[in-house]
Formats: sequence, C-alpha cells, structure tokens
Amino acid sequence: MTAPSVKPLLEIRGLRAAYGKIEALKGVDLDINPGEIVALIGANGAGKSTLMMTIFGRPRARAGQIRFDGRDITGMATHEIARLRIAQSPEGRRIFPRMSVAENLQMGADATECSEADRATGLERVVTLFPRLKERMAQRGGTLSGGEQQMLAIGRALMSRPRLLMLDEPSLGLAPLVARQIFDAIRTLNRQDGLTVLIVEQNANHALKLAHRGYVMVNGLITLSGTGNELLQRPEVRSAYLEGGRRG
Amino acid sequence: MTASAPERTSTSRATGAAFIFKKALISALVALVLFSLMIGIRTEAGPTGQLIYWTRFGDLASMVAIVFGGSIVVELLRQWWGAAGTTIRVIPPPVQTTLAVAGRLVAPALLIFALLVPVIFYHQRYILDLGILVLTYVMLGWGLNIVVGLAGLLDLGYVAFYSVGAYSYALLSTNFDLSFWVCLPLAGILAAFWGVLLGFPVLRLRGDYLAIVTLAFGEIIRLVIINWQSLTGGPNGISGIPRPTFFGIPLTASDNGLAAKLGIPFSPTHRIVFLFYLILALALLTNWVTIRLRRLPIGRAWEALREDEVACRALGINTTTTKLTAFATGAMFGGFAGAFFATRQGFISPESFTFQESALVLAIVVLGGMGSQLGVALAALAMIGGFELFRGLEQFRMLVFGLAMVLLMIWRPRGLIGHRAPTVFLKQSQAISSDLVKEGHG
Repeated sequence: MTAPSVKPLLEIRGLRAAYGKIEALKGVDLDINPGEIVALIGANGAGKSTLMMTIFGRPRARAGQIRFDGRDITGMATHEIARLRIAQSPEGRRIFPRMSVAENLQMGADATECSEADRATGLERVVTLFPRLKERMAQRGGTLSGGEQQMLAIGRALMSRPRLLMLDEPSLGLAPLVARQIFDAIRTLNRQDGLTVLIVEQNANHALKLAHRGYVMVNGLITLSGTGNELLQRPEVRSAYLEGGRRG
Repeated sequence: MTASAPERTSTSRATGAAFIFKKALISALVALVLFSLMIGIRTEAGPTGQLIYWTRFGDLASMVAIVFGGSIVVELLRQWWGAAGTTIRVIPPPVQTTLAVAGRLVAPALLIFALLVPVIFYHQRYILDLGILVLTYVMLGWGLNIVVGLAGLLDLGYVAFYSVGAYSYALLSTNFDLSFWVCLPLAGILAAFWGVLLGFPVLRLRGDYLAIVTLAFGEIIRLVIINWQSLTGGPNGISGIPRPTFFGIPLTASDNGLAAKLGIPFSPTHRIVFLFYLILALALLTNWVTIRLRRLPIGRAWEALREDEVACRALGINTTTTKLTAFATGAMFGGFAGAFFATRQGFISPESFTFQESALVLAIVVLGGMGSQLGVALAALAMIGGFELFRGLEQFRMLVFGLAMVLLMIWRPRGLIGHRAPTVFLKQSQAISSDLVKEGHG
C-alpha cells in the first residue's frame, strides 16, 4: 500500500467463474490502483456483474486469484470480504425497504468495527454528499424515489468507510439528470477523499468520461482496456456501446 | 380495524350497483355448488348399514342467501373503507389525531390493566386462569415474533422449544429436586441449545423450505417425547411437577408457607395470583429484551435480514450467526414459557405440544402485525380471550374464528398493527449531528 509505484489495490489474475456449466468469466485480468476510478463496460450478459459478485465471493471463483491490498481474498466468505472495507452498492440497489433511511445507513456501519465518532463523521459525509437524504432520514427506504434509493445505497456503502467502493449500474433506471448527480457525487468522493472506485455500467459514455481507466468486457473476457478517453475514441467501443446511446 | 366510521367524501369511483350485484351473484353461485352436497343432502348409515339420505333444500337456500347478502355487505364495506394498500383512507384529521393519541395510550393502559387484573378479579378464579393463559400466549407470541417478525424466518415448529422448556423443568425438578428458579434459566438455555441445533442444518433454507423443516422438527420433538418412555413417560406424561415457590418459600397452607409467614389466612388464590404476576414478569422481560435488542446492531441486522439477505451479506453481516442468534433467542423465550407452563399445570404430556399450538402462536404473530409488540399482545388477547368468549357457540367457534381472520386479512393485510416503529430517532429534523448516531446506537 505504501509502495510509491503502482501497486494495485485490487489485482485480479486469470479469474474464472461459472453458474453450473455456463462459464461467465473465462479468465479475467484486471487491476485497480489506489485512488483510481475504473469503469467496466460491456453489453448485457458480458459478465460485468458476475465479476463484481465474484470479487465478493459469490459465485465462488473456479480458478484464478483475487488479491486485495496484497492479500488473497479468493476463497473468503462474502461478509469477511466486506469487513476488509470493500463496499458495494449492488445491482438493483437492494436497500432495506421497511427500514428508515437512518437505519439503512446505520446498517452500513454495523458490521465493520466502527466507533461512535466514525459513525458520526460517516453520516456527516453522506449527508453533505447527498443533502436529499438528510430530509428523508425518518422516512422508510421503500418510499424513496429511484434516485434517492440509489443515493441511499451508495450512502450505506460509504458508512463502512470503504477503501474500495464497487458500484453496479448506479444509473440503472434513473432519469439522465439524476444519473448525472450520482456520477458527480462519485467524482467528488474520488477527488476529495481519494476513494478508489470500480464502476460497472451500461451507460458507457458517462462511465468512461468519469473514469480514469476502463475495461471493456465481452463474453466473459476483457477485450480492451485503456484510459477512459482512449476507450471513448476507439471505433469498436463507439460502434458497440455509444452509437445511439449518445445524448450529449 | 377502524372503529370510527369515516366520512365518505364524494367518491368519483364508478363502481356501480351492477358490479356489486354481479360479484354477489358469483359468490352465491359458488356457495350453491359447494353447499349443495354439503348441506343440501344429508346422508346417514341406516340401522342395517344401508344409506339413508334426505334433502335439506331450505337450509341450502338460506345459506346461499346469506352468502349473497354477506357478499354485498362486504363489498359495500370495502368500498366504504377502502382496502388497505389500494386506496387512500379518508379519515378526517381530527379523528386521526384522536386515534393517534388513543393509539399511544393503548400500551400503557393495557399494562396497567394487566397489573390490576388480580386485584379486580381476585375472587373470580376463572378470569385469573384465563389471564394466565392469555399472558402465556403473549409471551410465546413475543418470543416467536423475534424469529418470524423481526428476522423473517418462518418457524412452524415453535412448539418444539416450548416443549423442550416444559420437559426440562419437569425432568430436572422431579429427578434432581432442583427449584423452579434454578430450572428456569436452564430450561431457557436448553431450548436455545435446541434452537441452535435446529438452526445449523436449516440456515441454508429460505421461505417455504424453512417452514417445512421447522414443522418437521416440531413433530420430531413430540414423537421423541412420546416414544422415549423411560425418560419422559411417553404418552402418560409427567405428573407431580413441583409448584413454584416464592423464592424458596412455598405457597402452601403449611407452617413455613408464605401465608403463615406473612400472618395472613391461607388461600389457594395466592398461588394463582403469584403465577399471574410470574408470567406477566416473564412476558415483560421478553418484551423488554426484544425492544432493547432492536436498537442494537444485532436487532437491526435481524430486521435487515428479513428485508434482504443478499444486501446483508454485502454489508458484512454474517447471516449464519445472525440467523442462529434469532433462532436461539426466540427459542429461549419459548423455553421459559414452557417451564412456566409445566409448573403451572403440575402435569405435562405430549398432547399439549401439538402442531396446533405452533399454528396458534404463529397466527397471533401474523394477526398482530409481524414485528409489532403491541399488536402481538392485542392479537393474543383477542385470539385466546375471544376464543373463550365464544365457548358457548361450541363448534361454530372455529367458524367465527376463521371468519374473523379472513376479514382481518382483507382490511389489515399487514396485521392489526402493521406499521413498524423506527429505532433510530431524530430529535430535530433539521440538524443531523452525532446525536442522531448515538440515538441509533441505543
């Protein structure tokens, strides 16, 4: 971690995972350096979400290695991985609908060892990032709008003071304006706190503009990688993910 | 149910009489088909074994008419109040505030009433016994509420832990002469132990599958009790279970009894009153522990587990241990209640621990509104007390009971008290500071 050169925070080598006989990841290599935003883009069924879930231990990796901060986390249980302060905002947000916003946020901090002061600063940080949540504190999670639920899911993930934040399709089903707010918040987090972020997106244009580096995934394999701008210029990326998806 | 008749504002809904009539007609038709054989024709075996039958078309007609009329009434009431969840209820604000105030007073009023029951009904043994019974079910309901209401694990075999508690006390006290106060925690610990034992294999299961396994577990415990004659006495049960003592002082007419020590004349009612306060205290302990736990991370984790297991795991919650603690905690209170049951009855047999008990306790939890402490208490009162109320109706009791349940599920699908009070409070809605977090931590 302290090594001045580029020692990746998350290092994935030859990762394979499968659902039954269907192989979803066919040997993925991926690096995330500290303080970086990395975007993972690809079509439906390319294995983006599977990759994220495999990092989190479910489904189990069939082969390959995942190292977080130099430590092998390949066979660990999901909750143990989360306790290393890798946080995720899962696909479909998955907030707790019958619990209040405040309780949802507390849940984020409960599992990690976290003092009262940490909780307070964590909460402070979340509400400055998403002032909307402040107004909604006492409301049930299920009554929030889609955008607010996404903010809550990210806020909840932030409560564990993560070293790596993984976001699965944060803009899914959101109005463009709301999606932009979410992306802005991620950028702020990265710039101000140096938070390392892995973002999985279908919205390639947004994601690649936000990210320092990007990976393109096709059929369980990484086919392209490079800086966000590089990828945006690549004709194959443009034709596959951007044409028609470009709204300015 | 809403007791106050809400004012009907000008409804724009065009659900005309024709619709209601059509619906009622369909119901009546279904009733006709169903009842034509069940009620319309009565069969009996004649003296020589031949079949005699006669028709009762008058009864059939009246039955169908009742269904027809009833279905119109139900439909009208439904439009009047609006089914919960589908339409917005029209209750004028003043009524709402009165209801809210009344709602806040229900719990303390109920508690004060419970405390005063032995004073008011001192000479009515029947009411005292009924009170003890109701409180036993309140306690069981609160115990099961931890598993079903909070953690969302459907447990159809809760009676297993109740029986483990009862048999623990019965066996320990008759074989080793241990007092009630020593056995009570032991019964709880043993029940919790069985809860963990059951928990391990079933934790991978969810929903229906879990329900079936717990159902089987309840039956296994009962069958083991029946068949392990040398230990449990089998179907004959265990008799001569010692009565509880007032911390070592027996509640008898003897010279060292409590009455003699206090210098008051002995009365058998003393023991009943003592039992009443004992179960009240146990039930309140269950309630207090549950309320405390809900504000701690473990209780919050239980509720989160009910909401979304995958999200829980992603947040670093160990779902296995979380489920186990819920199972064990619920089982422990079941065990306490079982020990109390044994000491109160003085005799236990496997017949007291059938699936029907599990179903009854589960019905109390579901009717009360999953996770609501007050709701469970009210439901226990209504179910056990109400059941006694209709004793005169004999076999129609079940009918009334079923009808009440159907009606309740139509209007209050989430149970009597369906809303859930948050455990993290805001002092001021404006300032979000560390105060909030401290509150949240209990």
